[in-house]
Amino acid sequence: MFDLTNKRALVTGATGGIGEGIARALHAQGAVVTLSGTREAKLEELAASLGDRVFIQAANLSDRDSVDALVPAAEEKMGGLDILVNNAGITRDNIFMRMKDDEWDSVLEVNLSSTFRLCRAAIKGMMKRRSGRIIGITSVVGVTGNPGQVNYSAAKAGMIGMSKSLAREVASRNITVNTIAPGFIATAMTDELNDKQRESILTSVPAGRLGSVEDIAAAAVYLASDEGGYVTGQTLHVNGGMAMI
Amino acid sequence: MSNVAEQVKKIVVEHLGVEADKVTESASFIDDLGADSLDTVELVMAFEEAFGVEIPDDAAETIQTVGDAVSFIESKAN
Repeated sequence: MFDLTNKRALVTGATGGIGEGIARALHAQGAVVTLSGTREAKLEELAASLGDRVFIQAANLSDRDSVDALVPAAEEKMGGLDILVNNAGITRDNIFMRMKDDEWDSVLEVNLSSTFRLCRAAIKGMMKRRSGRIIGITSVVGVTGNPGQVNYSAAKAGMIGMSKSLAREVASRNITVNTIAPGFIATAMTDELNDKQRESILTSVPAGRLGSVEDIAAAAVYLASDEGGYVTGQTLHVNGGMAMI
Repeated sequence: MSNVAEQVKKIVVEHLGVEADKVTESASFIDDLGADSLDTVELVMAFEEAFGVEIPDDAAETIQTVGDAVSFIESKAN
């Protein structure tokens, strides 16, 4: 089950906790993986730890030329692209009344517009091959909302809507488009929380623990696999029960 | 029938799975040959590949019939 041998995947934001976890999991299932991110040294480090079947392609998703170059570069390195994981994202949190235009714009650009452009670039090859998997990493807050994150939650909700429309357009070509909505996941970012903050977060999570990057990566493997082929236009919530939608 | 027209016809028959005699010059991909909007995009990609021409989006939108495709490709080749 879930064998990804000979599948070619591109993971954006592979230097982040969740992106790295997804890249490792796809690779472990046999996929060829292109790692993308802004920090080239970190990409090289990750590539070295994975061994063979790995390429790196640095990209800055706030720069449209860099976005447009990414999929063609990955296709050239791997000879095609079967699995696109739009994982990269940024936050620029602020309360609504103080939210600046540039905080709004940059989050929408990196989290939503770049996803649109990467999907557009990838879909042509997938249509020709009559198969493909597009997976967007959204967030529970795209569905529930979160104070201080109007920009981030708007972008993440946007990914969900976009995925559903695209899923409808390309379903007949054996291409699935889904999103994964993580809840609170233990990453470098949550390591910075103090015990009190952590405790307060966990009161909202029935499972009583933070999620791991492996929890998210496993969902990505499933959606990327042949076995997940009848699942499209969905949002898979991986959140320990903190929101049941 | 020109060489281009014959090749276009072949691609359309293969891609849309329609009878060859329905693929006349005036046949509309969508109205007469049962293509959906995604099929038309794929046909354009197939033409680009087969004839080594680039069909920009604004031109692709004007290609509605088999004849439109043939004349666009011939105009590029000449």
